[in-house]
Amino acid sequence: MGTAEINDLVENTTELKKKSQWVSAMGRLKKNKLAMFGLFLVIFMVLVAIFADVLAPYPYDEQHLADSLLGPCLRYPFGTDKYGRCILSRVIYGARTSLLVGFAAVTAAALIGGCIGAVAGYFGGVLDNVLMRLIDVILSIPSMLLAISISAMMGTGLFNTIVAISIGSIGQFARITRAAVLSERDQEYVESVRAISAGNGRILVRHILPNVLAPLIVQYSLNIASSILAAAGLSFVGLGVQPPMAEWGSMLSAGRSLIRYNWWLTLFPGLAIMVTVYGFNLFGDGLRDALDPRLKD
Amino acid sequence: MYKYIVKRVLMMIPVLLGITILVFLMLRLTPGDPARSMLGDTATQEEVEALREELGLNDNLVVQYVRYMGDLIFHGSLGTSYVSGREVMTEILDRFPTTILLTLCGITVTILIGVPTGIIAAVKQNSWMDKVATFIGLFGVSMPAFWLGLLLAQFFSLRLGWLPATGFYGPKYWILPAITVGLNTSALVMRMTRSTMLEVIRQDYIRTARAKGVKERRVVMKHALDNCLIPLITVIGLQIGSQLGGAMVTETIFSIPGLGKYLVDSITSRDYPVIQGGVLFTSIVFCVVNLFVDILYAYADPRIKTQYVKSGGKKRTAEKVKEA
Repeated sequence: MGTAEINDLVENTTELKKKSQWVSAMGRLKKNKLAMFGLFLVIFMVLVAIFADVLAPYPYDEQHLADSLLGPCLRYPFGTDKYGRCILSRVIYGARTSLLVGFAAVTAAALIGGCIGAVAGYFGGVLDNVLMRLIDVILSIPSMLLAISISAMMGTGLFNTIVAISIGSIGQFARITRAAVLSERDQEYVESVRAISAGNGRILVRHILPNVLAPLIVQYSLNIASSILAAAGLSFVGLGVQPPMAEWGSMLSAGRSLIRYNWWLTLFPGLAIMVTVYGFNLFGDGLRDALDPRLKD
Repeated sequence: MYKYIVKRVLMMIPVLLGITILVFLMLRLTPGDPARSMLGDTATQEEVEALREELGLNDNLVVQYVRYMGDLIFHGSLGTSYVSGREVMTEILDRFPTTILLTLCGITVTILIGVPTGIIAAVKQNSWMDKVATFIGLFGVSMPAFWLGLLLAQFFSLRLGWLPATGFYGPKYWILPAITVGLNTSALVMRMTRSTMLEVIRQDYIRTARAKGVKERRVVMKHALDNCLIPLITVIGLQIGSQLGGAMVTETIFSIPGLGKYLVDSITSRDYPVIQGGVLFTSIVFCVVNLFVDILYAYADPRIKTQYVKSGGKKRTAEKVKEA
């Protein structure tokens, strides 16, 4: 058979092939209006974060002391804070901080938790027992409490906040990955690649991983939402990212004492948190519905 | 049943030990010298050394851990606060009832809002009520509790003057914090109720109940809801734990003198024994609550119960059939 013929055959087979799980899931996702709205919010916030320098009318730490505590007006659409800093600019730059913390913390947690879960589920036995008991310990401390205590111990700042939040999410990723890997590892396709003497690493990464990705992606999206909330909560209690860096939680906390006559100090950062988290939640929910084979028609 | 409980309690021991090790290491591996932070920057190097010796900080970690555990188990001691010099355990126990009360109020709000809306959303699936409930439910999950608390305090206390914004002295004071703690989780409970209810309501026994002419109200409230309870108990139980953790923020907003505010205050003053003790205490309570939830779950689910009951199984099923 010549190369051309083989190519022809391959092409024909691909045409005949049914739509893959991913393609059909994405089709379902596109039809889900709420999920698409969520995706829109997420993309919007990501764009705001990326183009913060262009969008923000003032630098986030520029003080206009003469204009302190102004309500929303033409010059300052969201008003100004105690130091006369433009709230709109700070909310825009805050998107950068929050999304950075959210993505970085959850990515780290997914990688570490995913590895722990995959190893535990794939190899089983003593290793599984030891690793999962460790995860049990982490999971038995309420995640907000864990994040607060870790960042109290490690100190404040962007990096420490990311570490504190990601440690709190490792447990969930490990559990989910373990359960998924456990149900895949005895499947026939795994047996067949093992029969052609593929190494454990290759089996895990090339063959099992693509099949367990769905629940992990859902968890990833939903976890970003909760991480953003956690980060805001941390800076609200005085840990986490520190001023003058713009962060929504610390803006809320700073506006707290002035809330009686200056509602805009807390309204806009709070709204920003809610819209972002809402976007991730909607999208994550839609993803779960789309990827859940039980709902497949 | 007893076997199950004993098994679960035994399983909890290694987890609890793990928590103590984790929390202990967290404090010991913190940069900075505890003796130095107790004495302040003005102390001389000799004074710091003397205190280190006195506190046993120069011993190796294992010795320190064993001593720490010995104090905890035999004297119920979690060390003394750097700030007040009082026993951490006493301070925690003084404040804990307030936090528990707040959590209970929060759970009440969660159940009152979450379960009925979830049922309505499921029974009227795809109606406008369902869509509104789902939409608002997701909003509830996305709303930071501390922001909600601030908005509530601003509106109901400062603007309208109906409810007090700070303190925790009576039922009137409980309302706003309870809503703050409870609303967030009620959205979760609502979604859980909705999805389990949707699953149950399609079962054959529900069709049977309808076919034999049971009123719709009774079908929903008795036949369907009873079978939703098991997953609901779990979700609600787990929320108690997360509310214990979330109480820190709520207590700070409303200046409630509970464990959460105490912890946040000690974070500000870097009072490590208190942070350590508070985290340890809360985690243990969290574990115990989860254990209770599991036992309750086993109690509510005949399938788990019969695994541990040998002879009584048959009789119970017969009774169940007669009841239905």
